[in-house]
Formats: sequence, C-alpha cells, structure tokens
Amino acid sequence: MSLRITCPTCGPRSAEEWIHGEMFDVPDSITNTDEWDVDRGFFHNNPEGLVQEAWFHLYGCRRWVVITRDTRTDEILS
Amino acid sequence: MNEFWEAKVALQWGTLKPSYDVVIIGGGGHGLATAYNLALRHGITNVAVLERSYIGGGNSGRNTTVIRSNYGKPEPVRFYQRSLELYRDLEAETERWMMHDERGLWWITHTEAGRRTEIARAEINRAFGADTRFAEPEEIEREIPGINMNPAGEFPVLGGSFHAGGATARHDRVVWALAEGAMRAGVDIIQGVEVTGLKVENNQIVGVETTQGSIATETVVSAVGGHATSVADMAGVRLPIRTHPLQAFVTNHYEGTFDAIVASIDLGFYVSQTARGEMLGGAHIDPQPSYSRRSDHHFISSIAKRITALFPFMGDLRVLRQWTGSCDMSPDYSPVMGRTPVDGFLITTGWGTWGFKAIPAGGEAMAELVATGTTPELIAPFSLDRFAKDRALADRGSSGTH
Repeated sequence: MSLRITCPTCGPRSAEEWIHGEMFDVPDSITNTDEWDVDRGFFHNNPEGLVQEAWFHLYGCRRWVVITRDTRTDEILS
Repeated sequence: MNEFWEAKVALQWGTLKPSYDVVIIGGGGHGLATAYNLALRHGITNVAVLERSYIGGGNSGRNTTVIRSNYGKPEPVRFYQRSLELYRDLEAETERWMMHDERGLWWITHTEAGRRTEIARAEINRAFGADTRFAEPEEIEREIPGINMNPAGEFPVLGGSFHAGGATARHDRVVWALAEGAMRAGVDIIQGVEVTGLKVENNQIVGVETTQGSIATETVVSAVGGHATSVADMAGVRLPIRTHPLQAFVTNHYEGTFDAIVASIDLGFYVSQTARGEMLGGAHIDPQPSYSRRSDHHFISSIAKRITALFPFMGDLRVLRQWTGSCDMSPDYSPVMGRTPVDGFLITTGWGTWGFKAIPAGGEAMAELVATGTTPELIAPFSLDRFAKDRALADRGSSGTH
C-alpha cells in the first residue's frame, strides 16, 4: 500500500516523493568481523511488527525523517 | 472450459500425526511440489505439509502465472529452463488440465542500452538451453497486436528479445494437481494449522510446535512465502530477505485476441491475456518492506498510464480486480534454496517475483536434497552461504518488475 508520510516541513506527502532507508541492525551475537560485514551487507531483520526506519524526502525538502511503522498494517505510529 | 474442475480433484485432507520423516511448512506451489516429488520420485510418504490458511492462498494464488527462463546469468537460465520443460509435461504426468499455453514472451526495450542487454540476453539464453532470439522493431510491430511503437512520444520501441518458451498456466490448478498427487501417494496435507515454534537441539532440528500440538521430526523444509523470515527466526537462522508488497490487476473481458506475453522493462510492466479473456497486468513493488496486502490507487493509476501508452486499446477496458502478494526479495534478485546452518532445517525462499515458474524444478531439487542428502548441482549456486562466499548472482534486470 502506498504510504502517506508526514514531513515536519512539507506536511503529509505520499510515499512516491520519498526514498526508503533501512536502519541496519546487526545482532550483538555476531562478533567475527567478516560475518559482521556479510550480515551488514546482505541480511535483514525483516520484522513482522513495529520497525524504525528512515525516509528521505527526495522530491520535497530533502531531509531525513525517522518514523515507526507497523509492517503488518502499514500504520505509521510516529 | 470446465470451471467446476476443482470438484473433480480428489482431495483427501490428512490429520496431524505425532511424528513424521519430513515436515514441510507452507502449502503453496513449492511446498506441495516438494511433497509431490518426495512421494512419487523417492518413495518418501511419511510427510506432512502444514498450511496456515488454505493451499495456494498465498503467493501461489497471487502471481501473474508467467513461465519463462530468459534470465541473464548461466545458473538461473539452466534452472528455470529445467522448470519450463517440467511444466510442459506436468499436465500429462498429473492427468490434470492446467491451461498450460506456450505462446512466447516478448521482452521489449525502449533504450539503446536495453537493446544491448537484450542482444546479450538472447546469446546467453541460447548458450544455456533457452530458446530466445533478438527481435528488431519491424518484427515487433508485425507480431504484437495493438502495439504503439512510439509510446507517449518518448519511449520508442527499439527492439527486444523473443523467448519462444514463454508460457502461462492457471496457478490454482497447478497447486491442486500437485496436492492431489501427493495426497494419493499418502502425504498428509493439513490446512488451518500454524507453526508456532521449531525445536532445535545441538544444532539439529528435532521437532515442530503447531497450534494443533507438537510433531517430532528431523527434517523441516520451510517453503513459506511472505513469512519466511519469521519461520527461520524460530530456528535461529537469519535470512537475506526483505518482504515487499507486490501488486497486479486484471481488466474486464477483452474481445480481441492478444496471443502474446509482453514485458517492457523500461516502462516497468508486463501484460498477458488470461484464458477468460481478461487482460492481466503487473507489477509494482512497494518501496517499503511490509506484510500488508492492501492494494492502492497509486499503483493502478501509474500502471494504467504506462500500459495504455504502449497498448492504446487497453484504455477502453475497465479494471476488474487488483490484488497484492507478499514478495520475499533477496539482495541479488535470485532465490535462496538448500541447507541452513541448522542441520535438518532446509529452506526454499527468496521467490520474490519468480516463484511460480520455478515450482516444478524447485520441488524436484528440494525433494532430491531431502531424499539423498546432497544438494543437486542445479540449485547449488542458490545456497544461503553464497553471500558469505561472494558468489551473489545479481540478476535484477531479469525480474520483470524493476
């Protein structure tokens, strides 16, 4: 579903104006630096539930905004 | 055409037993094809297929039913060509009609760079057994009905590749036929049972927890679509997967005949005509990872602009239905099949936008892996450890949706 993300400067704008940015989160259990690099480069948490993510308002004010979203419903909580 | 075909399928639902040789999670095409091949090729029938909802209700029933092998790298071309050939014989083998129709796929381009890509695609396809050739714009104009050779004045058709093996089949019927064949051979297929946990001892799978009780087993195959990450998490396995919604639509009945499958990579869509006469179009991947299956208006308005630019006749049609599936996307746009770091836990995932066409070969290879314990050469390049070994198979240009 196409999201509407609220920008602090531009107000609510549709997702087509934004670039999605994932917050990478390598688990603490990975201590080997090679394994850490592989995980950082390719692996994802892909959670079913709340996720914190960054969106870049490319076709607007060109600022990053961090939101919390529920991946089960696409509801934006903050 | 018999629309009551499903009534003729002899589906005998199983009841859950306390232990199995093999438990397959996910009653979609890949799970059922694995069970089918285990039972019929390898004689392993003490198998359960656990489906949370109903069989074929996930991505197996939400895809756009295209079967093709025109990929851009040797390993996928070989793998999907095997699948395409198995599809040709699947109706005879299962004695079920799947509306399999080999009508050829046009993969057209609107840029000079795309022209070079398609020439290369045709060469690599022929080298590894797929029937693809480069086509000049004159041939495309002659062969594709109703095409506008200069869409919107900005995207002239500059050529493309013609993949003669491109086909479509009715996805539900593929699922039902495989389920019926597996059930007849003694496989328990159980609907409405959800996996809630996986038991691992000393890095070996020993059991599955479900909403209908525990099952003891030493082999679990996760053939889950959409929720693959959550199931792998239960065994402590991390996956290189992000799940994105993917949308598609059909129009009402088109009176003409559109006897081709056409994909335009630069305009970002593909279109074909279903057996009912509807025009089937897709697809759009939402940018954010999500498990939501809500469709939206942005998709339908943007794809309508692009499709009617190339096919003006579609402007007279109405959108009948649109829907969304959950696509498991891997970083290199190739599937992930085989072993995981946990013994006895096998996965077949990352089927993003290319899962339906791979059902027969994917099931055949996963069954062989379970039965013999060795990874078949055909799927060895798609292993989970390819990322750590720097052997990723980047093939985004062949996904058809980007």
